Amino acid sequence: MGDVLVFAEHQHEHFPKSTLVAINAGLEMARKRGAQCLVAVLGENVESLAQQAAKYGAAKVIALEHPALKNYLADAHAQALANLVKSIGAEYVMATATARGKDLMPRLAARLDAPMASDIITINDDGTVIRPMYAGNGMALVEMDGPVKVITVRATAFDAAPEASSPSPVEKQPATLDQASLKMEFVNFNEIKSDRPQLTEAHIVVSGGRGLKSGENFKTVLEPLVDAVGAAMGASRAAVDAGFVPNDLQVGQTGKVVAPDLYIAVGISGAIQHLAGMKDSKVIVAINKDEEAPIFSVADYGLVADLFKAVPEMAEEVRKLKQS
Amino acid sequence: MKILVPFKRVPDPATTIRILPDGSGIATDNVKWVINPFDEIAIEEALRIKERLKTGEVVLMTIGQSNWQEQLRTGLAMGADRAKLIVTDKPLDTLTIARVIAKVVAEEQPRLVILGKQAIDDDSNQVGQMLAEILGWPQATFASKLEIEGDRCTVVREVDGGLETVAFPLPAVVTTDLRLNEPRYASLPGIMKARKKELKEIPIESLGLDLTPKLRVKELKAPPKRQAGRKVGSVQELVKLLHEEAKLI
Ligand SMILES: Cc1cc2nc3c(=O)[nH]c(=O)nc-3n(C[C@@H](O)[C@H](O)[C@H](O)COP(=O)(O)OP(=O)(O)OC[C@H]3O[C@@H](n4cnc5c(N)ncnc54)[C@H](O)[C@@H]3O)c2cc1C
Ligand SMILES: Cc1cc2nc3c(=O)[nH]c(=O)nc-3n(C[C@H](O)[C@H](O)[C@H](O)COP(=O)(O)OP(=O)(O)OC[C@H]3O[C@@H](n4cnc5c(N)ncnc54)[C@H](O)[C@@H]3O)c2cc1C
Repeated sequence: MGDVLVFAEHQHEHFPKSTLVAINAGLEMARKRGAQCLVAVLGENVESLAQQAAKYGAAKVIALEHPALKNYLADAHAQALANLVKSIGAEYVMATATARGKDLMPRLAARLDAPMASDIITINDDGTVIRPMYAGNGMALVEMDGPVKVITVRATAFDAAPEASSPSPVEKQPATLDQASLKMEFVNFNEIKSDRPQLTEAHIVVSGGRGLKSGENFKTVLEPLVDAVGAAMGASRAAVDAGFVPNDLQVGQTGKVVAPDLYIAVGISGAIQHLAGMKDSKVIVAINKDEEAPIFSVADYGLVADLFKAVPEMAEEVRKLKQS
Repeated sequence: MKILVPFKRVPDPATTIRILPDGSGIATDNVKWVINPFDEIAIEEALRIKERLKTGEVVLMTIGQSNWQEQLRTGLAMGADRAKLIVTDKPLDTLTIARVIAKVVAEEQPRLVILGKQAIDDDSNQVGQMLAEILGWPQATFASKLEIEGDRCTVVREVDGGLETVAFPLPAVVTTDLRLNEPRYASLPGIMKARKKELKEIPIESLGLDLTPKLRVKELKAPPKRQAGRKVGSVQELVKLLHEEAKLI
């Protein structure tokens, strides 16, 4: 049986929770297939990062290094990773379905002539997987053939890997790359900085929709509640399209999938594309003035009210509660 | 500049999807079929590039059944120049779809291929990236801005935590995100003109590819339904419940 290789995405010399999720899913697959789980960290100089990845119980962590891997670029990363997959004879290559995982893994699959299952939520004992389709309206049982299979996992469907009792061995390897074939160039990354928790990692998410009516109202009406409960902020597509908030706050089928302990939807109608990104949250609260809004059909607690009155009141109540 | 736009026909996003009880697929009796919304954005972007450069050709293609002609005509009515329908009624996996598109690329020699980032029915988000690798071309997925200067293409991408800019020489593959543009509607004269535009049907068998999928959907099931909870009467009650019952605040 071939092994499992996990692509460990990193940012700012750090592994986000989504990477620990990929490692955990890789360990689960390895357990179910009676194989080993290896982890690959790609970059220019990543040995110390690889030491960090060694805390989670993988059979081995490989620091795959090359100057052309300094910034993430799909062509170089796919090539380096494909060569590693071939050299170790891995059967499953796994990553989380983050923006980078989605960008890289299909390219890798094509290079390996391998089938790929995207955004899976379950790994079965026989190696089949389950993935949502149709904005979460259908759950597909998927079977893949061939010596190599590529998988991205949904970050909310698996836990982060816990720390193991002893560290994995770390092996440094130079990546093999045909540099003449690489044509992509990294220009810059315009990062949206925020002091709030990451949308996909937060325990509480407060999202605003078109009902907020302006970007200014997001700041003056919604953000005080976001901060009072210590949440990450999200939004509907309508709010993003209208320019109220940045793109990367979009929750939904074609944005981010979140499943926090508490999701508070404010002025969001609950279109199927939005529900696809949040309906696995543990507790859902909806605040909407229209009692017929579909969001109430998934809400544990629904408040029919004008948000411009209810949201400041709620922020105030929470602040009082926290002070007492 | 010649631009190829491969698109997929999908159920209208407003359609309520019903899973067939035998798990073989979705009920299609009441489905309205449309061009995948991300692919409409791809068509729009191709048309804008052509309009900006004041030269070139926009070629549409789709891989599907004969009656997908209707959506090809819609794309032609938006302003695309001609269309190819690769006819098949088999379920194909993403890698096969990418290989079929690569065959058309080899014949048409476009400088740019623009696809949607994901088909909103199967939600794979794979075909564009696979195509780029098969062709050995650069890729820019999730594009929110695209600029072409001579032979150089610069793309702003919607990624986690912000916007990333990449650049590369053409030819290349780009996939669209929602904020790239707002697609136009087909105009009446556009619809009239579209009737006369070239639409070629090509049987998939003539391409000489192995079409056996390496990935199979064995069963499609409806997800467990989430139960609606209750309405609360006031903000005070809500906060109290979140604190005492749900213990989340
Ligand atoms: C009941 C059922 C059974 C299925 N059985 C199988 C199966 O056995 N094996 C399997 O692999 N898949 C199967 N599928 C799904 C399959 O047919 C997908 O449509 C296909 O794999 C492409 O994935 P996608 O549409 O999600 O592509 P994505 O990667 O999400 O599409 C991205 C972009 O690629 C382009 N594109 C996608 N499809 C086409 C196309 N047909 N023509 C032109 N351009 C296109 C578009 O620009 C699109 O925006 C099944 C689906 C159902 C509902
Ligand atoms: C291809 C495609 C992809 C998509 N992807 C996504 C996605 O990933 N995520 C997503 O969210 N959407 C997505 N959508 C869009 C989706 O279909 C909806 O259009 C969108 O979610 C609506 O956003 P909204 O609920 O903020 O706005 P609306 O539907 O306009 O709802 C606004 C709500 O605010 C309420 N409201 C107004 N004023 C007040 C007030 N003063 N107090 C209280 N309530 C008030 C109204 O009653 C209403 O229910 C997608 C659509 C397509 C076609």
